[in-house]
Amino acid sequence: MTSNNSHFVAPIEETPLQATDAVKTDQAPLSLWADAWRKLRRRPLFIISALLILALIVIALFPGLFTSTPPNEGCELGNSEGAPTAGHPFGFTFQGCDVYSRVIHGTQASLSVGLLSVLCVLVIGVTIGAIAGYYGGWIDAVLARLGDIFFALPLVLAALVITQLPLFRENKSVWTVVFVISLLAWPQMARITRGAVIEVRNSDFVTAARSLGVSKFGALIRHVLPNALAPIIVLATLELGVFIVAEATLSFLGIGLPQSIMSWGNDIAGAQASIRTRPEIMLYPAAALSITVLSFIMLGDAVRDALDPKSRQR
Amino acid sequence: MIRFILRRLLQVIPVFLGTTLLVYYMVFALPGDPIAALFGDRQPPQAVIDTLRSQYHLDQPFWVQYGLFLKNLFTFNLGNDFTGQPIAASLARVFPVTAMLAIEALAIQAIFGVAFGVFAGLRRGGWFDSTVLVASLVVIAVPTFVLGFVFQLVFGVQLGWAKPTVGANANWGTLLLPAIVLGLVSFAYVLRLTRASVSENMNADYVRTATAKGLSRPRVVLAHILRNSLIPVVTYLGANLGGLMGGAIVTEGIFNVPGVGNKLYQAVLRSEGPTIVSIVSVLVLVFVVANLLVDLLYAWLDPRIRYDQ
Repeated sequence: MTSNNSHFVAPIEETPLQATDAVKTDQAPLSLWADAWRKLRRRPLFIISALLILALIVIALFPGLFTSTPPNEGCELGNSEGAPTAGHPFGFTFQGCDVYSRVIHGTQASLSVGLLSVLCVLVIGVTIGAIAGYYGGWIDAVLARLGDIFFALPLVLAALVITQLPLFRENKSVWTVVFVISLLAWPQMARITRGAVIEVRNSDFVTAARSLGVSKFGALIRHVLPNALAPIIVLATLELGVFIVAEATLSFLGIGLPQSIMSWGNDIAGAQASIRTRPEIMLYPAAALSITVLSFIMLGDAVRDALDPKSRQR
Repeated sequence: MIRFILRRLLQVIPVFLGTTLLVYYMVFALPGDPIAALFGDRQPPQAVIDTLRSQYHLDQPFWVQYGLFLKNLFTFNLGNDFTGQPIAASLARVFPVTAMLAIEALAIQAIFGVAFGVFAGLRRGGWFDSTVLVASLVVIAVPTFVLGFVFQLVFGVQLGWAKPTVGANANWGTLLLPAIVLGLVSFAYVLRLTRASVSENMNADYVRTATAKGLSRPRVVLAHILRNSLIPVVTYLGANLGGLMGGAIVTEGIFNVPGVGNKLYQAVLRSEGPTIVSIVSVLVLVFVVANLLVDLLYAWLDPRIRYDQ
């Protein structure tokens, strides 16, 4: 509703004020997204977080560029909890593996859990929330109660039980963790989507599209959803960080990623044994995790500020 | 008002049934024979196994077991766990501990989160605001279990200000350190919510009116700005109480608190269906009641809100 209503310009031939009109009529008005992008490009917060995230993605895709030490081979128990040496800047874990190399190689699992979970939550949550908000009535009531059921379950508890099920017990992978997180996190996304859709569905441009013959479902896809995207995108960026922490928590409890997959959560869990003697071993993967989460939260904050119509007037 | 409460309680029924059914079904599908686990590596006579299985209704199909569980729940007779201990008694042991932990954490995040949030929101962009905002981001970004270990190491072991582990003697004092760890993340969210809400409301017309009619600054801030800013904060706190009680597994593990989390963890490892589902039922009830209380608080915070149209 923002882009269509706020930039209304009267037809040129009817207005005598054309010469002094501040709005350039020969130029299409900036859409919400173009305006937000122009704002974002100038925010240092956005630039820093975007660069950090870009660096993390490169590390996740090509860990070999940043370390030549293999993370698992060459672990020597003689090096257990060893101090940093040349070529091993962060020292060695309890098992005598290179901490730096493990932190670099752990990026991939942590990032993929975060990204895949957000994708799943977007698909499930936006679909259910949009249907509930757009159609309303008994569909809304049923879907709201369904969401409440999953919302009331604590994450760790559900993960404890689900990962013990025969289906998941034998072949744990990144997907198991993604499944658990998505199963419990979609109601939040559905609620936000539902609210945004309800706000948009009665707008004039939706009525206009409907009276021009667009089907009810077509109007939802082409007119309502694109205009309800802002809060959804903000929540998705924030939740990416939250999900990465959730993966680490589950792996820490021994119910997340299996030991064979390197992740920051597994590394932090493994560093427990050394916490009294060499706390740094835990702090390196924890710092990597925190920097990642921080980048996504800052990105979410910057995007929210850029999309918030209230903040643009200032 | 009464009708509103009744309607809300009616809505609870399907949620309660759905959640318990889901958890009961998942526990039912867990592998391993809990009766065989009771005997370790000894092989009991078949008659003993059969007796025990029928005693715990393990020979019945899923729906009968679930029905019996519901019947027991509504007659306040939770039955015994597989070691013969009454479940109600063990719940009565662990729930007060976790409730203390959760209430202490809730109090810490509510008091400090709202106070810091008000100061930051009133002077938006000032040095206090910037410091607190960065600090809250860092707190959110560090996982609870890392915070737990760091606090335990620094305050418990190196400085010796608190006992590093709680153990059997859980009271308000020994639970303070775990409560701080448990409450810190939500403290950051409460702070940010309060700050945003206060800075939005402080320029409202009614605030200008209150100042213009000569009210003192503390009265304007407390009775006008704060009261009108609390609704999103209270909503968050209410939804969070259930999360604090159920999500304390990590904190309870690190500080060895004999609470719900520990009990639940052991129950899952032993496939003790009845114990797991009883705990979950109580947690769901806490969650639902807390949210209902929040809805009722709305009317006190904002008298324009009416429950019956």
